[in-house]
Amino acid sequence: MISVSHLSKIYQNFDVETTALNDISFEIKKGEFVAIMGPSGSGKSTLMHILGALDLPTHGTYSLDGYDISRLNEDELADIRNKKIGFIFQSYNLLPRFSALANVMLPMAYTGIPKQERLERAKKYLTMVGLENRMEHTSSQLSGGQQQRVAIARGLAMNPSILLADEPTGNLATAQGEEIMQIFQLLNKQGHTIVMITHEQNIARHARRIIKILDGKIDQT
Amino acid sequence: MDITELFWESIGTLTINKMRTALATLGIVIGIGSVIALISLGQGSQKAVENQIQSLGSNLLTISPGSQSSGGVRGAIGGSTTLTYEDAKAIMSSPEVTAVKNVSPELSRRSQVTAGRNNTNTQIVGVAPVYSQVRKINVASGLFISQRDLDSLAKVAVLGPQVVTDLFGAGANPIGQNIRVNSQAVRVIGVTEAKGGSGFQNQDDVIYMPLTTAQKLLFGVDYLSSISLEANNENVMIDAQNQVGYLLLARHKLTDPSQADFMIFSQNDILNTASQVTGTFTALLSGIAAISLLVGGIGIMNIMLVTVTERTREIGLRKALGAKKKTIILSF
Repeated sequence: MISVSHLSKIYQNFDVETTALNDISFEIKKGEFVAIMGPSGSGKSTLMHILGALDLPTHGTYSLDGYDISRLNEDELADIRNKKIGFIFQSYNLLPRFSALANVMLPMAYTGIPKQERLERAKKYLTMVGLENRMEHTSSQLSGGQQQRVAIARGLAMNPSILLADEPTGNLATAQGEEIMQIFQLLNKQGHTIVMITHEQNIARHARRIIKILDGKIDQT
Repeated sequence: MDITELFWESIGTLTINKMRTALATLGIVIGIGSVIALISLGQGSQKAVENQIQSLGSNLLTISPGSQSSGGVRGAIGGSTTLTYEDAKAIMSSPEVTAVKNVSPELSRRSQVTAGRNNTNTQIVGVAPVYSQVRKINVASGLFISQRDLDSLAKVAVLGPQVVTDLFGAGANPIGQNIRVNSQAVRVIGVTEAKGGSGFQNQDDVIYMPLTTAQKLLFGVDYLSSISLEANNENVMIDAQNQVGYLLLARHKLTDPSQADFMIFSQNDILNTASQVTGTFTALLSGIAAISLLVGGIGIMNIMLVTVTERTREIGLRKALGAKKKTIILSF
């Protein structure tokens, strides 16, 4: 389902070439819960950007559900991000002036889903992450853990092929991080594919498989 | 995301930063308002000046003594003393001058005037009765200078409202009282209606006296400072100018018009000059307004730029959530 082969990413800054990813190949199957681990500067964020179709690889191919991502144009990429990928960020990235409900409805607004259905789906996913009593709160009225749960609901809203989480617990206390991991476990049991990037060992252990990256290369799978 | 939804979201964004929205709108409104206000102000003042000059009489010609040339040296305009009461009478009685209705000889001088303990420095104008008709002067109370006053060298005066205020206080009735002009006692017989200033001189700050009195008793001269002519109508202004010009040349024994010791202005000449001045003024005002609008516009652009910059995170997020480039651009 995710297939990465001989993937490289080279950043060119004036005359200096920086190789962030160097000939990486791996596969992730449907229903897996994978953690990508590595110290900072190892290239895991670059990998996340490419997996999330936010950036294109310099060499190699990346296919998601059979689509060759490196061949798509900008609007097609936007469509892939919208329908196939649910993002969960370290800093939540909710729109501060919108309510939790409106934040969850946002990705659905970019497709033709009717307003009534958007509302029902947003309510369903917010209930799933345990925020049924916080739907009208704006992000400043929510705790970090609650904000991250809104972000998860937003990631689920389009019922994507994969959930892509970038350090989802990085800004949270241990207890709240554990709560998020419980939700991830639950979602994985329901059949969602989750790819999580982290550098914390005790977060990564929740995953069924760990891919370790070091200096732009796969160290160990 | 369809257009109506984007529209409501944009409105929502505007209401979040109410202060900024209000200030930006205010900036545009004030900028455009000031341009409109200043341009109409300029045009209004131009119209006002024109009206004021028109109110003096649009068929008015003024003869001023020219510069005197003696031995090749040309003196200042008005320095000559060649214009006399006899010239004025000749213009009136000459059969060749057909285009002129009224002739008003005038002698004006500045002088110190006292009444009791008050004093003021004002314009003394020696006039004939016809002056009130030529210059459209109306008497608010009392009488204007009469032919009898002129013939008998009467020591009487008609005051402008400004002079009344200066000498007797606002709203006082000075008729019958005496004022002293050049240390001669003069009785006040009338007060003119307020006419307002016209650019260079205030027509209310003036004292009218019989021409003969002013010439012989006050200042001891026999010349005039100007002669005002009222043409029959506006269409014969040029004729009037020519007829009077040739008559005066003949009377002053001059053959070459370029040697004339007098000058004839029409009200239209003055009007044109004044229009040009106010036109320049309007252009200046518009320029200032345009600059202020430009500055305001740059200020608004700056705010826009700040807004977009501070929303780059949001743009990034929206793109990650699947917003197409087109949608993002539309929402700004």
